[in-house]
Amino acid sequence: MSVMTLVKAINNALDIKLTEDKSVVVYGEDVGVEGGVFRVTEGLQIKHGVERVFDSPLAESAIVGTALGMAISGLRPVVEMQFDGFAYPAFNQIISNVARIHNRSRGRFKAPMVIRFPYGGGINALEHHSESPEALYSHIPGLKVVVPSTPHDAKGLLIAAIESDDPVIFMEPKRIYRAIKQEVSDDKFSIPLGKAKVLNEGTDVTVIAFGAMIRECQKAMVMTKEAGISVELIDLRTIYPIDKETVINSIKKTGRLVIVAEATESFSVGSELIAIANEGAFLHLEAPPRRVMGFDTIVPLAQGEKHYMISPEQIFYEIEKTVKF
Amino acid sequence: MIFKEFNPLDDKMLQIIDNDGKVINPELMPDLDDETIVKAYKEMLFERVADEMAVSYQRQGRMYTFPPNQGQEAIHIAAGMNMKENDWVAPAFREMGVMLSRGVTMKEMFLYYNGNEQGSNFSDPRAKNVLPIAISIGTQYQHAAGIGYSIKYQGLKDVVFPFIGDGGTSTGDFYEALNFATVWGAPVVFTIQNNQYAISVPVSKQTKSINLAVKSVAAGMTGIKVDGNDFFAMYLAYKDAAEHARSGKGPVLIEAVTYRRGAHTTSDDPTKYRTKEEEDKWGLSDPLIRLKKYMDAKGIWKENEKELIAEKKKDVDKQFLEAENFTPYPLSDVFDFMYVDMPDDLKRQKEEYEQFLTWKENRK
Repeated sequence: MSVMTLVKAINNALDIKLTEDKSVVVYGEDVGVEGGVFRVTEGLQIKHGVERVFDSPLAESAIVGTALGMAISGLRPVVEMQFDGFAYPAFNQIISNVARIHNRSRGRFKAPMVIRFPYGGGINALEHHSESPEALYSHIPGLKVVVPSTPHDAKGLLIAAIESDDPVIFMEPKRIYRAIKQEVSDDKFSIPLGKAKVLNEGTDVTVIAFGAMIRECQKAMVMTKEAGISVELIDLRTIYPIDKETVINSIKKTGRLVIVAEATESFSVGSELIAIANEGAFLHLEAPPRRVMGFDTIVPLAQGEKHYMISPEQIFYEIEKTVKF
Repeated sequence: MIFKEFNPLDDKMLQIIDNDGKVINPELMPDLDDETIVKAYKEMLFERVADEMAVSYQRQGRMYTFPPNQGQEAIHIAAGMNMKENDWVAPAFREMGVMLSRGVTMKEMFLYYNGNEQGSNFSDPRAKNVLPIAISIGTQYQHAAGIGYSIKYQGLKDVVFPFIGDGGTSTGDFYEALNFATVWGAPVVFTIQNNQYAISVPVSKQTKSINLAVKSVAAGMTGIKVDGNDFFAMYLAYKDAAEHARSGKGPVLIEAVTYRRGAHTTSDDPTKYRTKEEEDKWGLSDPLIRLKKYMDAKGIWKENEKELIAEKKKDVDKQFLEAENFTPYPLSDVFDFMYVDMPDDLKRQKEEYEQFLTWKENRK
């Protein structure tokens, strides 16, 4: 066991896969010599060589497009988009090619590749550095979308993502890159994709979140406890395929649903969860499901984030309203 | 026009003064009077002073991430001097001097880098055709090609000045923009500020081209490689390029060879990827030092530099305080500019949030 941050855990997962599987390569902007702008890939080039961990020219579309070429010809590339908001030039490659090569070739080609990037706000960053685009990727058939919330999960999920024969979008909550430290096994382990985790069992209300918002929910739960509200907290961990079973079972038990996420509310993962609640637990609902999510606006620059970022207090306020409905 | 003599395929670099400020190509020396040269130097000096102060505010924890401009001032000021009233600027994010020359204020720069979008709402009418800073790499090159088409379509005589870094030349947007602008004969003067690094990645890892100006060749456009730390060379390049574009001869690509003397941004640590020796070597060709040496040799610099700097610092500090004490960011600023015609659902979201704020207030 070692104490790891998310950054360290991801680095460790990459190191393990690079060590045991010669088909794994890691590249992107500044990931080699510099070790990534957040130091996620620090030391990997020195240990595994410049042919396996390297700096690419600056072009997200080409990073993803070439990774697909590698993936269909025997490699397992793990590529980095430097920031959430910088990944959009690669969208054509992702939607039109990465996500559908398996289907288009009737299974002749697979795309075992991972596209990693830091996502989310709350770090006073520049424009295009604070976005939560999980719904955009989850809406694309053919992709799996993963968002860890702890160092332990980050390691296990990334190893599973690299081993997945389907392409995986791996979104890393940059706000808690270094904020959470945890004992994590040094050995190889993986966490299955598509499985949510019940972090706290409760009976009054189901709260579903993922990534950096888990910590905010846990802070809110100090307040709900004082108010005598029993919260069942679910960490989705994988956005797609979404773990309907865990979600529906919990709503059947509590009858109430609150979703907490940073992304814009409309046409979001929150919207999808409400659809799942309606389809799978309609007669059990005792209050309207509630989305505690970002406004349908651009994430404001640093000074405006105080209005945009979801606070534990706001989460408590919405939970209480739902429970009292 | 100098372009014929400097075909990018020959990898010749336009240079007029050397590192000691000595004129090495007198026949190319632009016709500038002493007063104009002194004024240009002052603007370069002011950009540097403001830039250093911005970095120091960030270090004091009074400002968020900032990308320093140090070492690239000759490009910025020479470009600004060759723009006319209605010309357009499509900046990347390391063109502070260009923006200042168009009337953008330091207060606005500070506001932007301190996390307030009002910093892109330029107040001076001279800045009306300056686009907001572009953090998403390369996109602005395409906007410039489109603006160029629009200018031509409307029968105007304006020119567009987009900027990009060396890293940005690897993007598809870059190539596509050069192609469109050339096909359309658009009046665009494209600048590549080749400051040798895209964060940590050196130009040698971006491209195996002999230079970056050569990227104009396949597009069929005019291009030139220029010593970006030589004010006179940059002035001449911009003068001829603007004239070329303005007279309907189509776009020009200028590669300005320079060096980012500071970090990529205040979050970056260049010691990770470059050496002190390299930094020192490039320091010898610093654009301010070179122009100063030229002026000293000619005996045209009679100002008290220390006093000028002190004066400028005072002004910058005043503007910083104005930015620091700017009206606190209201909730409405998050919503009001998303649409011209705001959808009802957005109004609903704002109202619900206000209800939460009232609840929070009453709870205290």
